[in-house]
Amino acid sequence: MSKATMATVWLDGCSGCHMSFLDIDERLITVAELAELVYSPLVDNKVFPEMVDVTLVEGAVSNEDDYEKIKKVRAHTKILVSLGDCAVTANVPGMRNPFKPEALLNRAYLENADANQHIPVQVIPPLRKMSVPVHQIVKVDVFVPGCPPSADTIFYVVTELLAGRMPDLTGKTRFGA
Amino acid sequence: MRRSRIITFKINGQDIAAREDETILELARQHDIHIPTLCYLEGVSAFGGCRLCMVEIKGSNRLFPACMTYPDESMEITTNSERLKAYRKQTVELLFSERNHICAVCVSNGSCELQAQAYDLGLTHVQVPYINPNLPVDASHAYFGLDHNRCILCTRCVRVCDEVEGAHTWDVMGRGAEARIVADLNQPWGDSLSCTSCGKCVQVCPTGALFEKGTSVAEMRKKHEFLPYLRLMREGRDGGEE
Ligand code: SF4
Ligand code: SF4
Ligand code: SF4
Ligand code: FES
Repeated sequence: MSKATMATVWLDGCSGCHMSFLDIDERLITVAELAELVYSPLVDNKVFPEMVDVTLVEGAVSNEDDYEKIKKVRAHTKILVSLGDCAVTANVPGMRNPFKPEALLNRAYLENADANQHIPVQVIPPLRKMSVPVHQIVKVDVFVPGCPPSADTIFYVVTELLAGRMPDLTGKTRFGA
Repeated sequence: MRRSRIITFKINGQDIAAREDETILELARQHDIHIPTLCYLEGVSAFGGCRLCMVEIKGSNRLFPACMTYPDESMEITTNSERLKAYRKQTVELLFSERNHICAVCVSNGSCELQAQAYDLGLTHVQVPYINPNLPVDASHAYFGLDHNRCILCTRCVRVCDEVEGAHTWDVMGRGAEARIVADLNQPWGDSLSCTSCGKCVQVCPTGALFEKGTSVAEMRKKHEFLPYLRLMREGRDGGEE
């Protein structure tokens, strides 16, 4: 049997969940023995592979780019994991939801800008109306709340999944952890 | 008139003999049987609003709030069935969806009763869409703040201010999802003439909705151990009625 494959994806989050993943330290070697990291902000590959066994998603779905990306990732992933509060609840990115995107853009790029006031239309993907949890867009198989989830929790989840078991997170992590 | 006959009944198959003037919740706690609660607060009247303490009673299809229900002779009560667990999880889930709970940036992160209930019930995500209401923060009081984004309408603040402090600053305005905690005649808390700034409401609030000004993320620690003692002392002073 060929080695299992793993990917990580970064949507609207602060990268803290990826940092926490790196915080599993020397146990990264154990993970590397169990699976090959085929796509991630941490590796070079720019194209999401045909099929990945386990994909960890950090971040909420906030803009059109996030939306396209998560649709594609879901279609090419066996087990999709919402990693951290932004992916699970929309968390801090979701704090904008009571306001309209235009109001946010005005505040950030016009009202509060000292110079060069204009709303960018190129390169930066357009905001969607709301920043939402990943499972409001695609089916999610495993939820790992926490801001960020601890390195121990992430290591537990990854190794359980790679061993073909569903992790039981009762008593392991919580919203805001 | 207080009833005080001794009766016998069962909780989760365990035989219990007790005075019939105590609620199922109080009796369960005396026997170390855990029933989750949010609106219940020892030292003030029961409200029965959060529905987390629901229990089953044999012979009825309805669920009963343990904090408001008194046992009867030979009653058979169940506190922890799979059905109850599922309902409790749903109840907490709905509380999360109704307001804007961003635990990661909340003063009560790590010491919040709502967050703890989610943890205990194994609630890892909220399935229903979040409502994302646009709600204000009242920072007009000199020492305290009220963030409606985190309020679960448990009315602990209303009851403690009325029944213990005697000020009745807080009340509930509106119905259902529109309901809000209001100070006096729906005015900024800082303008309230009735508030004595005693801080009792802040200490009993189970979430980060009421907080001391100057506390940052995860710094707010609520202390409501004072309540039962205060009641006890007052009962002694009033000649032990109640
Ligand atoms: S009040 Fe509790 S549940 Fe709500 S954001 Fe604060 S810590 Fe989280
Ligand atoms: S500080 Fe005291 S008097 Fe003022 S609202 Fe709270 S409980 Fe009532
Ligand atoms: S402010 Fe706190 S104590 Fe008052 S109803 Fe809201 S959650 Fe309960
Ligand atoms: S504790 Fe009984 S209904 Fe809230």
